[in-house]
Amino acid sequence: MIDSLIDKDWVEALWLILDFALAVLLLGLAAAAVGTRDLRRGIALFIAFGLLVALVWARLRAPDLALAEAAIGAGVSGALLLAALRDVPPSGLPSVGARGLPLWLLNLGSVTLAVLLGWALLLALAGSDGIRLADLALANLEHSGVSNPVTAVLLNYRAYDTFLELGVVLAAVLGVLALGPARRSVRPAGPVLNSLIRLLLPLLIVTGGYLLWIGATAPGGAFQAGAMLAAAAVLLRLGGDATAGLPGAVGQRWLLALGIAVFAAVGLGVSTGGGAFLAYPHDWAGVLILLIEAAAMLMIACALALAYLGGRPAGWTIGDREGG
Amino acid sequence: MLDAVGLALIGTGLVFFAAGSIGLLRLPDLHSRLHALTKADNLGLGLLAVGVAFLAGDLLIAVKLLLLWLLVLAASAASAHLIARHARLRGQGR
Repeated sequence: MIDSLIDKDWVEALWLILDFALAVLLLGLAAAAVGTRDLRRGIALFIAFGLLVALVWARLRAPDLALAEAAIGAGVSGALLLAALRDVPPSGLPSVGARGLPLWLLNLGSVTLAVLLGWALLLALAGSDGIRLADLALANLEHSGVSNPVTAVLLNYRAYDTFLELGVVLAAVLGVLALGPARRSVRPAGPVLNSLIRLLLPLLIVTGGYLLWIGATAPGGAFQAGAMLAAAAVLLRLGGDATAGLPGAVGQRWLLALGIAVFAAVGLGVSTGGGAFLAYPHDWAGVLILLIEAAAMLMIACALALAYLGGRPAGWTIGDREGG
Repeated sequence: MLDAVGLALIGTGLVFFAAGSIGLLRLPDLHSRLHALTKADNLGLGLLAVGVAFLAGDLLIAVKLLLLWLLVLAASAASAHLIARHARLRGQGR
């Protein structure tokens, strides 16, 4: 952007200072978020931490991850945590040690995880100069149907991983639905929040569609787009809409199944010609990826909205009992 | 020349951000803190956006930055109102 300045030494020095400040702040916020005893304070620090992580990803030239972290890591997760905070009893949560798992086991697990992560980092930094996966991914980009390498990895080379990830999302939202009825609706919003919602809602929906479409060529994709739609649902809920703008229970079931169903149908469909599961034919790859991503976006948005509601909205029936 | 103007605007914007942050830390109660944040930071962000638009030298980017600034203005005005209203209903912040 500022080409005329980029080769000057002092700009390099400024970037270095900025990166150093980011790294120090990131570690400080992480320590503060984990260390505080006040849950509300911890959540606020965690949201700030997520925004900072998004900045760090942007500095590492990973705009896809920066977008996902800002939308899901800081935005939606923050909203989920704040909503869950209202369920904490006034007496506070029972301490970890009282919940069955001995503390030494948790500490041992944490230390093991830290050692493994350190080992992985060491390998990544000092590893051999063999064939890197990134080179392979870029070399085959023209066959993938999209020109954004991240989307190519997620929806083409490693589409099976993404397929299973949607399965994880579905399993998680089934767990949420099993928790019980949704949280009680907040009181109706005042005129100021209502006009803000009226302003933001169409923008969020258009941005979601844009992120879905642009994901083929630039940072974006189903997860970021789904987070945008989920943010619209959260806003509606904050405005007093008890179901957060979701369709009825049958519609929600269809939306939740859609992501997996379209993915599986496409995967099986392309394998009828003798190919492997999810090995798209070259000419159709772009269209099929867009189809899968559109279905996945709707499913992710519905799942996140249900997670924010924290249970079954009105209209769900389990056996012969009303869900709401 | 345009770069210099842009950098100057960004520098001025940062001064307003600093003032807003100091106000948040130093002012005595919730309402004056909100006042410091919403006034100073919104102006700072506007100056920052104009400065970045000068550096980019592209009309499309300038329009995008303007729209972003307007969005942040709307969101920050509404959230400051919500925080103040919540505090008033709870009888805090006086």
